[in-house]
Amino acid sequence: MAQKKFVVGCFDDEKVLFPAVKQVRTAGYKIKDVYTPFPVHGLDHALGMRETSLHTAGFIYGITGTTTAISAISWIFTKDWPLNIGGKPHFALPAWIPIIFELTVLFAAVGMVMTFMWLCQMAPGVKKHHFHKRATDDLFVMVIECTEKTNAEDLKALLASNGAVETDIQVAEEDWWFGTYDNDNENLYKQVAH
Amino acid sequence: MASIKEQFEIPGKLKTWAYALIGIGGVALLLGMFTQGFSKDEHEQVHFWGTLMYNTIFWTLVTNAAMFFLCFSTMAQAAWMQSFRRIAEAISTLVPVFGSITLLVLLYVVLGEKHHIYHWLDAEAVAKDPILKGKVGFLNPTFFIIWTTLAIALWSYFGYRMRQISREADENPMDAETAKSFNIRSMTRSGFFLVWFGLTVASTIPWLWLMSIDAHWYSTMYSWYTFASSFVAGMALIALWVIYVKNKGYLELTNAEHLHDIAKFMFAFSIFWTYLWFSQYMLIWYANIPEETVYFKHRVQGPYKPIFFLNLVINFLAPLIILMKRSAKRNFTLVAFMAILILFGHWIDFYQMVMGSLMKEHVTLGWLDFGILGFFVGVLILMVARSLASKPLVPKYHPFLKESIIHQV
Repeated sequence: MAQKKFVVGCFDDEKVLFPAVKQVRTAGYKIKDVYTPFPVHGLDHALGMRETSLHTAGFIYGITGTTTAISAISWIFTKDWPLNIGGKPHFALPAWIPIIFELTVLFAAVGMVMTFMWLCQMAPGVKKHHFHKRATDDLFVMVIECTEKTNAEDLKALLASNGAVETDIQVAEEDWWFGTYDNDNENLYKQVAH
Repeated sequence: MASIKEQFEIPGKLKTWAYALIGIGGVALLLGMFTQGFSKDEHEQVHFWGTLMYNTIFWTLVTNAAMFFLCFSTMAQAAWMQSFRRIAEAISTLVPVFGSITLLVLLYVVLGEKHHIYHWLDAEAVAKDPILKGKVGFLNPTFFIIWTTLAIALWSYFGYRMRQISREADENPMDAETAKSFNIRSMTRSGFFLVWFGLTVASTIPWLWLMSIDAHWYSTMYSWYTFASSFVAGMALIALWVIYVKNKGYLELTNAEHLHDIAKFMFAFSIFWTYLWFSQYMLIWYANIPEETVYFKHRVQGPYKPIFFLNLVINFLAPLIILMKRSAKRNFTLVAFMAILILFGHWIDFYQMVMGSLMKEHVTLGWLDFGILGFFVGVLILMVARSLASKPLVPKYHPFLKESIIHQV
């Protein structure tokens, strides 16, 4: 549980947001994230975010599923409990392929959902700080984490000059926590200045 | 928008290659026709006409797949393919050409009473055969000829209408009302093609042209399997032409984003093809009924075994492993290589579908097959290039073009 200082700039238009992202990055600030009401094409690229590794994880989960299915079925049907089914060989690969396929898909799907939840820190009861209530409605909220060198007022001015309709400085919990917003808000979040 | 090259000029080298292929292929075709096609020996006749049949049917269905691609994209109001739609249109101009060759070959086979290709043509054998008697309403020369002619004529006609309406986007900028009616008219025209495509390629035509070679045998997967095979090859052909034309410095508006989506089609439909391949194979393997397993007997256990499994490696394993990665689908060299591999793989697939039933004793793959293939490829290169050169490469006033330019995967 660590509280950090953030500068928050809110924009009401994508067309203003993109040049602003570019300006802020050229000025040398590292943008923590931009919270948008809907997915914005090309924003991850503009923010210089790394390509996700979720698909690589998905491939590994899939291969695990395939291996699990092949080894389990072949052991069960040839070693553990061989049965004569319709005169087919014990090692009846064509009959197993649907099961191998299903287990591959199941492992990949469940694994990827779990990984996605973990990467985004989402689970029932897990709470995270909201930088602006309208981030899910109609505002594009840009959040920049302050370091010792950051002059927050300068940054606020920079954001405003680049078209931010609202700017502020917040000291907030950057991690997640269990609980409810009502009880914990006082400890976790305070508006510093306007 | 910076100036873009709208007029395709056929590179001299391409023409040389096309003429060379047509020349060599034509010689092989004629040589085969006179030494084998018209010989007294029925075995040699079957060899020649069977080889010609699977080649011409393959290329007709593959070029028709380009039309199918255009039509379902139009129906779905897809925008991403507008920047290279003229490539697909150019490929689809081959449908009447290859369709006519197919029609001539099939007319010769049916009217020339080639019993060894289509067993159901033999009226005496059918009279004694309760199974074929039951199919006589469908498998008879009259219906065969009428339906084949109708299929090829209507594919060509609906294709012509689709290409015609696309030209309207070349002339004048459209206002909102014009664009809307243009869109609706395009969708109506593609609808006619799609319905007819469903009634022919996705059902009756593969039954008539290909499945009836094994007149007793049937598979409910067969038409879908043939469709999947020709469609994935059609997407590979579009990819190949897009890459070639872009390489020559045209198609500035088509980039890795568009290639990514084309390659996705190649990847996805390779897997769809395998799904149908497996669905057909597994049920027959599982039930193990002699009248069904007869189709796979000489393919899995006979001389066609290497080709049968090569087919699965080229058309399933290779696309699955190589095209899986995002970076592979955006790599022009790799997609070009995979497109050639997939086209070859599905050509081999058609080979084993036809010749595997006609020449059960031995594999006949040789100079005749590759010669005729060369002839068809030569004609394809020449006519597609000519068609591309005859109209602007980009429909510049198409209402969806902007969406295609900014397309992002």
